[in-house]
Amino acid sequence: MASDKVKTFTDSNFGDETSKGVVLVDFWAEWCAPCRRLAPTVDALASDYDGRVTVAKMNVDENPEVPGNFAIRGIPTLLLFKDGQLADTIVGLQSKEDIAAKIERLL
Amino acid sequence: MAEHRVVIIGSGPAGLTAALYTARANLKPLLIEGLEAGGQLMLTTMVENWPGFREGIMGPDLMAEMRAQAERFGAEIVQNNVTKVDLSRRPFPIALADGRSVLADALIIATGASARWLDIGSDRKLSGHGVSTCATCDGYFFRGKPIAVVGGGDSAMEEAVYLTRFASKVIVIHRRDTLRASKIMQDKAFANPKIEFLWDSEIASVNDVEKGEVTGITVRNLKTGALTEVALDGVFIAIGHTPNTSLFKGQMELDGNGYIVTHDGSRTSVPGVFAAGDVQDHIYRQAITAAGSGCMAAIDAERFLEGLPGHVPVAHGSGLTAQA
Repeated sequence: MASDKVKTFTDSNFGDETSKGVVLVDFWAEWCAPCRRLAPTVDALASDYDGRVTVAKMNVDENPEVPGNFAIRGIPTLLLFKDGQLADTIVGLQSKEDIAAKIERLL
Repeated sequence: MAEHRVVIIGSGPAGLTAALYTARANLKPLLIEGLEAGGQLMLTTMVENWPGFREGIMGPDLMAEMRAQAERFGAEIVQNNVTKVDLSRRPFPIALADGRSVLADALIIATGASARWLDIGSDRKLSGHGVSTCATCDGYFFRGKPIAVVGGGDSAMEEAVYLTRFASKVIVIHRRDTLRASKIMQDKAFANPKIEFLWDSEIASVNDVEKGEVTGITVRNLKTGALTEVALDGVFIAIGHTPNTSLFKGQMELDGNGYIVTHDGSRTSVPGVFAAGDVQDHIYRQAITAAGSGCMAAIDAERFLEGLPGHVPVAHGSGLTAQA
């Protein structure tokens, strides 16, 4: 169960939602085992950075367009945006501390 | 700093079996899962050679069962990652990624092995953008597209066959002119009309790093030295694994390829430290052999702890003896 602090982005609202502030987007799918491993980490980051960073998940099965635009060919992939600009890409499983360090650089 | 009789690092079949046995021996093991929790089986689909499941079992399901079974007998399993281990003094101090530390009277290393990359730079740079080491994770992104699989072993053939579900064409690139894979996997691959083979070849570079996505590869023929461009959308690497032993380098005996050297069962060069699974095995590398060696490490650790001065026998006897 995803935390209620984690938003759900879609192809249609992605542009608006990422336009301001620091945003972490988790690209995932049901069938992706490593994505399931990463989910609790993403939930925890959403709690830790509540009010400072927008944390969202994007299902690549349901939303093909945005993953295509960012040439995402593997999941889990986390993209970090600052004011609409792509600031960092994190591919595969990473520790919560490593992801937090990348977020901190943007705050 | 909390002190534990037994700490296990790693949560594949070796680590979880060690946790099951040490838990049943009433040693209250602490198991630290690591980043790739559940190990390599988490990235597979159907496991057809785990005894007891005649119809097979899904890798992630098997790992969930093993985890639950270890927990049922009292193993404490934590989602965390080890950042540092000091093997120079016992109890061994172990630092975790969240800043905590624990002490271990006995340590079981079951950190496994992770997929090897090509060592050409461009493959790593395009990781997540067309280069992958996990067919079940990323095959989906290549529906109707041509891709390559690098390698000639069982895993490479398995991935190639699996990827034909999505890809329009799968080109297997192998350094030699025969496969190392088992007969049954070779037959499956040769019979598949979507699979082609490029023999005596290696990838010189994955293109296009500038563009940030895979547009093709440059293949080198190892016999003639000729370079050929092949346009495709994805590259899956299945050339084996490297042991996860960077934490232990310089602190214990490793072989030339970085595997932990074991002797007399699961014992390592450091008394009180035991190793199980792929981190010490580059020959068998099966789920069942990993689990078996995890059991050995548990028994060896229990005997080691029993032999320590000041050892107080567990009141109601050990789970191990009860089973013998």
